[in-house]
Amino acid sequence: MLDFIARRLVAIIPVLTVVAIFVFLMLRLTPGDPAAIIAGDNATSDQIDEIRRALGLDEPIWTQFIIWIGNVLQGNFGESFFFKKTVAELIAQRVEPTLALAVCTLIIAVVTAVPLGVLAAYRHGSLLDRFVMGFSVLGFSVPVFVIGYVLIYIFAIELGWLPVQGYIRIGVNFWGFLERMVLPSVTLAVIYVALIARITRASVLEVLNEDYIRTARAKGLTNRVVLMRHALRNAAVPILTVIGIGIALLISGAVVTESVYGLPGLGRLTVEAVLSRDFPTIQAVILLFSVVYVLINLVIDISYTLFDPRIRY
Amino acid sequence: MPNTMPSTMADPKKPVLEVRNLSVSLPAGADRAHAVENVSFTVSPGEIVCLVGESGSGKSVIAFTVMGLLAKALKPTSGEILLEGENILAADESRLRELRCTRMSMIFQEPMTALNPVMTCGLQIDEVLETHTKLDAAERKAKIIAILDRVKLPEPERIYASYPHQLSGGQRQRIMIAMALVLDPVLLIADEPTTALDVTTQAEILKLIAELQAGEGTGVLFITHDFGVVAEIAHRVAVLRWGELVEVGPTEKILSRPEHSYTKMLISSVPSIHPAHRGVRRDGTTVLRTEKLGKTYSGNAFFQKARVVKAAVDVDLDIRKGETLGIVGESGSGKSTVARCIARLIDPTEGKVFLGDTEIATMSARKLRPHRRRVQIVFQDPYRSMNPRITVGDSIIEGPMNFGLKRDEALDRARNLMETVRLDPNSLDRYPHQFSGGQRQRICIARALAMEPELLIADEAVSALDVSVQKQVLELLDEIRVRLNLAVLFITHDLRVAAQICDYVAVMSKGRIVEYGSAEQVFGAPRDDYTKALFSAAPGRNWEFGKFAA
Amino acid sequence: MSAISEEVVDSASIAAASTKRKSLWALALRNPAVIFGGVILLIMLAIAILAPYLGTVDPTRIDPASRNKNPGTEITYRLDDGSTAKRVVLMGTDSLGRDVYSRVLYGTRVSLMIGVAVAAISVAIGLVIGLVSGYIRWADGFIMRIMDGLMAIPGILLAIALVSIWRAGLITVIFAIVVPDVPRVVRLVRSVVLSVREEPYVEGAISVGTPTWTLMFRHILPNTIAPLIVQGTFIAAAAIITEAILSFLGIGIPPEIPSWGNIMAEGRTLFRVFPHNILYPGIFLALTVLAINIMGDGLRDTLDPKMSKKV
Repeated sequence: MLDFIARRLVAIIPVLTVVAIFVFLMLRLTPGDPAAIIAGDNATSDQIDEIRRALGLDEPIWTQFIIWIGNVLQGNFGESFFFKKTVAELIAQRVEPTLALAVCTLIIAVVTAVPLGVLAAYRHGSLLDRFVMGFSVLGFSVPVFVIGYVLIYIFAIELGWLPVQGYIRIGVNFWGFLERMVLPSVTLAVIYVALIARITRASVLEVLNEDYIRTARAKGLTNRVVLMRHALRNAAVPILTVIGIGIALLISGAVVTESVYGLPGLGRLTVEAVLSRDFPTIQAVILLFSVVYVLINLVIDISYTLFDPRIRY
Repeated sequence: MPNTMPSTMADPKKPVLEVRNLSVSLPAGADRAHAVENVSFTVSPGEIVCLVGESGSGKSVIAFTVMGLLAKALKPTSGEILLEGENILAADESRLRELRCTRMSMIFQEPMTALNPVMTCGLQIDEVLETHTKLDAAERKAKIIAILDRVKLPEPERIYASYPHQLSGGQRQRIMIAMALVLDPVLLIADEPTTALDVTTQAEILKLIAELQAGEGTGVLFITHDFGVVAEIAHRVAVLRWGELVEVGPTEKILSRPEHSYTKMLISSVPSIHPAHRGVRRDGTTVLRTEKLGKTYSGNAFFQKARVVKAAVDVDLDIRKGETLGIVGESGSGKSTVARCIARLIDPTEGKVFLGDTEIATMSARKLRPHRRRVQIVFQDPYRSMNPRITVGDSIIEGPMNFGLKRDEALDRARNLMETVRLDPNSLDRYPHQFSGGQRQRICIARALAMEPELLIADEAVSALDVSVQKQVLELLDEIRVRLNLAVLFITHDLRVAAQICDYVAVMSKGRIVEYGSAEQVFGAPRDDYTKALFSAAPGRNWEFGKFAA
Repeated sequence: MSAISEEVVDSASIAAASTKRKSLWALALRNPAVIFGGVILLIMLAIAILAPYLGTVDPTRIDPASRNKNPGTEITYRLDDGSTAKRVVLMGTDSLGRDVYSRVLYGTRVSLMIGVAVAAISVAIGLVIGLVSGYIRWADGFIMRIMDGLMAIPGILLAIALVSIWRAGLITVIFAIVVPDVPRVVRLVRSVVLSVREEPYVEGAISVGTPTWTLMFRHILPNTIAPLIVQGTFIAAAAIITEAILSFLGIGIPPEIPSWGNIMAEGRTLFRVFPHNILYPGIFLALTVLAINIMGDGLRDTLDPKMSKKV
């Protein structure tokens, strides 16, 4: 088992290397002097010189990469001249809302989507099935910010049940936090539910066509037992896979959702950084999100072994 | 619905299964209206009834109808199915569930996919007991261990805790049998249960089924396409064609004195296991010679021991003009690896392959191309052997045109070849899907011959075909060999086919040739232990299938 | 649990099924989902082409006198020759007094163009790379590592990064959306190539001495067409959404170009009072993307049933 995890860890090194190279090259591919770009529009020439020295910009490009990656591995992403803080501090401040949003969304999505998908597959061709499929196509078709504004309009403005925007830290006021988390999470969950419900339905349907399901029926088991004991566990691996891949959607969606609901999270930070061309922050955020995404999928990869004994350590 | 629970010991005279005038309709748009039409037969206690037929005969549909597991698209339209007197067609779903695995059980063709891969074998049998009995956990476990022992699985405790993928195909089929028989049903339906297994495993499973059913007096409905299996196991035989029952009777009578012309034709098509006397080696020039040919697959990954599979080791073969050399062996024996190395579809890792005087085993792809013409191969699956998007004519002329023949000339050649393989030369502009499996295999032969090869490799080329079609293709291959004085390398797992078509036979096991000689010598007086075991496992080996005038 | 033991039908209906092969495309055009989606798309296309003739005015025309009007309001506006005219603004006006109806209709052009361009470019690039990767063994490892790396960056984030490098413009936005899509196309093409390569008919072609290029174009490439068309529709749908999101965040195409995303971005600040600025472009956007997705589902069901399980 440890061996297996070690092998998987080794396998993500090339992936992360490619990501790192891309993020590193980002700045070098932009026209103009990287040091001047980092320093921002109001920098003095002394500041620019200092940055140039810190990044080793006079060195050959691979030396620059070594310096940069060395810093990154120590958690040093440089300094944000726009926010006047180190990037690491900036990110630490902004993690909580994003994490909270992601966790709430994940819970809402999995709890609704998996049962919906299973039921749709079980009642293949029924009204429920069509509803789930219809909802799923619709969920893919409406941009997340439109869903957000529709929900705000209905539940915050017209009905007045929930606050429109804003964020309260979980430690400060838990109810206030929850209240402000409901709409963003539901908004972000829509596309995720669409994705997971669809995959769940498809993989359960596929499993229901397998020979061993026929065997299970030939044993005289009830449909419910066949579905819950034989079909669902076999369908688990593709469902897990898509939950993992869907994390990318979740991250992308968080960028938009945070902007709509004014949550001071990493997604919002990304947009602010792009608008102010704050490259150290952009680099750090992209790198961070990618690493998280890859690691989550690694964990999911490893968890396959719990569901399918054929996947060997 | 009469709710009379029949006694465990069935009345020996009363049939356990009685099918009366059963018809099952096919969905609209199929090639015929009924999958099964007006079929009647019975299975008595302690009796094995074989349902025999070629593909599309509806034999499996009958089996699934009895179990109530028919696809929704298929509907029984008339007749009745009486299981110990109770009409199953009238039973509701919950009654059917009660009957399954208690009064009637079924085992399937593919033991590899018929078991749930994520549940241990023991638990999968346990489910049956849990559903149908009130035994407690310890009693259930004891009963399962006992049945695992009865189906002769070694170390029942270990098997109980094993997942299906940890067992061999034969062992999995034993699990299926254990599951089916654990509650002593009166009827066992076996749907081609040995078709996916190797011949030695097949023999063991057939023996096991026969022993268990004789001991318990179970009635068995055994579905097969293989007359060897019929001769081995059946008490009575029912022959199906296009959903209709053409003949029923005791095995001995059907096999030796069939009445219906279709039955006669089927039985006449079964190749004999005794090789035809084809004379000694002629002094033709050697077309193919391999020297210590080997293929090793090695996969290596981080932190893992490199896995090395020796698919073929030290294979020495030679074929002369006008000869057929057969390579026989079970799955995984390496016979196809050898064929594909010789055709250079894969690169051998050791040894040499001489085509005439040219060594091609290590030749670069560029240098190899002119020699490709000299070796042609016909594959097993007629449905995947031709590009579905281009006409058969274009498929046939592709090779010759690669070697510089003009389109008109190539088409002329293709037309002649279509006649050679007895197909209409005017059908060259049709697509593969417009031909049947046997016809496609003929087209593949024509495509190979269009290259005017010196060596023709047939890699299980008749294995996917029904026995009557198989016979025609075999005759065609042999006729072409004689007429063109062609060297043929014939790869097959089917001993009967090998006996009929080969001059020389090489028996392979675990990547090595264990016995190599003339067909008469190898079949008549095998020397190697493995060969002996293989031949003695061939189903119906003691039965000489007669040739009947239709 | 309907389809259980359907293979029993198979042997009997093979003949019937195989004659269907040739008419797959005809079948796809008869699929109700394809027809439904197609008709909506045709309407959208007509709107895009005929935008100037559907009672619109210049979508970029700023009119300070009639800012933030609700839908249905009658406004008076000044013509170029100095005279005035009255006009009912169907979808209201935005905070610069531009006519939302005209902007939404012209926005159809931008969105459809982006959908088609992104799908076509990413399929073309992905096809070439995928063929190389699937067919040339030594290139495969290298190419796939890069693709895996690109796929590790969540799509919109990657697009945002690219836009931030290149600065916003229609072409840069299109390419920023293309880049994250390419690896997915590459993987699809590669998997088709790898599986078709194992088909006996390809081996048959190899053994009759067919040169690599002929093999690729004649026997392998045609198998990628159906899955690529299906994939292409989904890419187009996602691209339209991504453009809207980028523009909405203010980092997409320049705000003076009337795209649905830009209209909605403009309406953000006054959303509580004037929701129409988000509502109408939102409806158009959702309808268009929905139509493409429904059509894609229909195409997939008929052309490429094996892919259904991969979403």
